[in-house]
Amino acid sequence: MNSRIIITNILRWFILLAIQILLLRNLSFYNLATPFTYILFLLLLPFSTPNLILYIIAFGTGLTLDAFYDTLGVHTAACVMLVFVRILFISVTVSRDNFDEPEPSLGNMGFRWFALYALLCTFAHHLVLFLLEAFKLSELSYTLLRCTLSAIFTLFTLLLVELIFYSRKLR
Amino acid sequence: MRNLWIFINRYNAFFLFVIFFTAGIILTVKNNAYQRSVTFNSTNQVVGHAYENLNIFKKYMNLGQVNDSLALENAKLNTALTALKNIDSAKNTVVKDTANHVQYTYLAARVIKNSVTLRNNVITINKGSADGIESGMPVISAGKGVVGHVRDVSAHLATIESLLNKDAKISVSIKSTKEMGSLVWGDRNSDYRKAFIKDISNHFRVKLRDTIVTSGFGSFPPGILVGSISNRGISTGDNFLTIEINLFNDFSTLQYVYVIKDKLAQEQKALESTLPNEQ
Repeated sequence: MNSRIIITNILRWFILLAIQILLLRNLSFYNLATPFTYILFLLLLPFSTPNLILYIIAFGTGLTLDAFYDTLGVHTAACVMLVFVRILFISVTVSRDNFDEPEPSLGNMGFRWFALYALLCTFAHHLVLFLLEAFKLSELSYTLLRCTLSAIFTLFTLLLVELIFYSRKLR
Repeated sequence: MRNLWIFINRYNAFFLFVIFFTAGIILTVKNNAYQRSVTFNSTNQVVGHAYENLNIFKKYMNLGQVNDSLALENAKLNTALTALKNIDSAKNTVVKDTANHVQYTYLAARVIKNSVTLRNNVITINKGSADGIESGMPVISAGKGVVGHVRDVSAHLATIESLLNKDAKISVSIKSTKEMGSLVWGDRNSDYRKAFIKDISNHFRVKLRDTIVTSGFGSFPPGILVGSISNRGISTGDNFLTIEINLFNDFSTLQYVYVIKDKLAQEQKALESTLPNEQ
């Protein structure tokens, strides 16, 4: 892993978290759907990152978000879940010996792969996030509705950001 | 032993997941309990400072609105003052020591962080234990009513568990009939302008657009505005009504709040703790 990739990722972390905290925290559609675009950072970490490092990064990112959202533990658990799904999905779909691309972005991996990858990760993340936030099962159906609508919103913003910034490398 | 190590190493993704996920869940559960750690929330130095800086910009945007509400409140206070001045004190034969009767004192504070889009919304204000704020104190807004309770306090900042929270439960009553119930938010509703009142008996006739105020039981002083009834009685199948109300407070534009200091709170708590718990 060279220093350029590390610096890119650190910059991406700061920018995405700043956008999430300053802008997207105040945004919602009819108070049902809220976007959590910061997970793009976790999705775009390089293939070669060891699992332990991935989990530590996810834990730290979640904790930072929790501090700003005043929901200790909720984002942390959700980010760890996202990384677990990410590791599973990548180990199933990408063969380990030819990591010719540095990171799983839309430009590197193609639209279909990335869309499925983002969809699964987003749903896993949001499911944990909303269930832990509600923290009771009596309003389960309503929580699931909020979760689904938010996941669609997040997915939309993820694909939008990816299409804007990575289209030049598209195969 | 070596085989076990190979096994763990092979499925390290899963084992690491279990470890980190458990840590996350433990944090969540601890945060839901009464005693929380104060470090990782917005009373934290770094986080609080960041929000304070952001708020300087926001404050200017809403200056006009704040001015209007202050002028309105001034007018009200002036009216009350003239009414008090015109009492003919010569007629009063008994001299009342009013200094002892000031049970509630108000502390003004500025909102530096707020949210209305989450399931559990928390407000951060720029006053803390140095200004005499303690955990559990009730918080209201200028002229429009209930906001919530103080949750965590640091030296110069404090977080408020707003009414828009799954843990919020405030004792309220209907102003005209004095019938009491408890105010909750949530339950298939995430609109920050609406809330529900539960535990009002089925046989009561509730009028539309009746005013809801705090009952005075619990930490809030009696008679503080809450909202007006917008839907009387959603049938839930038991003996109690669930009434939908429109909150007077617009939580999305909250700028200044008052923290209420109850002089008798300590005394009341000490007295009630001596009673045997009958629940």
